[in-house]
Amino acid sequence: MTARKITIELNGEPFAIDAGVRLSDLIERLQLRPSRIAVEVNRSVVPKAQYSSVSLKQSDKVEIVNFVGGG
Amino acid sequence: MYDDYFELAGRSFRSRLIVGTGKYRDFAQTRAAVQESGAEIVTVAVRRVNITDHNKENLLDYIDGEKYTILPNTAGCYTAEEAIRTCRLARDAGVGDLVKLEVIGDPKTLFPDVAATIEAARTLIKEGFKVLPYITDDPVACLRLEEMGCAAVMPLAAPIGSGLGIRNPYNLRIIVEQAKVPVIVDAGVGTASDAAEALELGCDAVLMNTAIAGAEDPLVMARAMKLAVEAGRLAYLAGRIEPKLYATASSPLGGMIR
Repeated sequence: MTARKITIELNGEPFAIDAGVRLSDLIERLQLRPSRIAVEVNRSVVPKAQYSSVSLKQSDKVEIVNFVGGG
Repeated sequence: MYDDYFELAGRSFRSRLIVGTGKYRDFAQTRAAVQESGAEIVTVAVRRVNITDHNKENLLDYIDGEKYTILPNTAGCYTAEEAIRTCRLARDAGVGDLVKLEVIGDPKTLFPDVAATIEAARTLIKEGFKVLPYITDDPVACLRLEEMGCAAVMPLAAPIGSGLGIRNPYNLRIIVEQAKVPVIVDAGVGTASDAAEALELGCDAVLMNTAIAGAEDPLVMARAMKLAVEAGRLAYLAGRIEPKLYATASSPLGGMIR
């Protein structure tokens, strides 16, 4: 059975995921290291300890950032 | 060099040079320039991760967060709200609560929006951030930010990336005279003498990026800036002579052969 798909907005772009996917699953799928990133869902920061307890819903706005060179 | 430490937000640093990590050829050059500069505090920007390029290297793989104090900035933010969100994300990325607050008011000059900077600083301080605001060389704005509880004030010397040097040394002197928090010259430095001048004026530290990264040889310029900051600080501590219009002989006036 195929899981139902939902679309979230990931860093400003539409992004399809299975319904019920948790934030930690998304980060793993993107092969990102939690120690190197920070995440906002619908404009609220999600602390690292909560990545596995947050399930993503249709139209959630997710921002994943890291540090880059800057002054 | 004496027991001269740069005290910032409850921490002590030997170096009075803070360097940015933007505009380098690659991360290896960034790391080499930071090392040459002797800086202990390094600024970084917060941006969306590249979700299509999975194996992209990360800046923090090159700049060790255990060895350096990482200072995230809010560069590119034009509103207090954007800047506050950026700081919250930066803190959650795990580099502490020190932030370089910049709220830009105009894309051409990149001058700060003073009102929005003050607004953002108020919220961030309430949330426990140690706020280092980039601000115009305006003594009153610096005073207000200090009174609010900012950990330092960071007046610009000239527009970001301009390399014009210290355009208003008299304002900087006033800011230094009145400040009870560290004064860090942020932006506008072009070459070593500009950095030395900032320290000679009594500023506590200098923050720069383009002057080093944009030099033909960034590593040599990083070294030049390290020495300039040390020289400027020593000259300030030594207490310079008063400038005067006419000559005073250095050799004895008596004992001349006739």
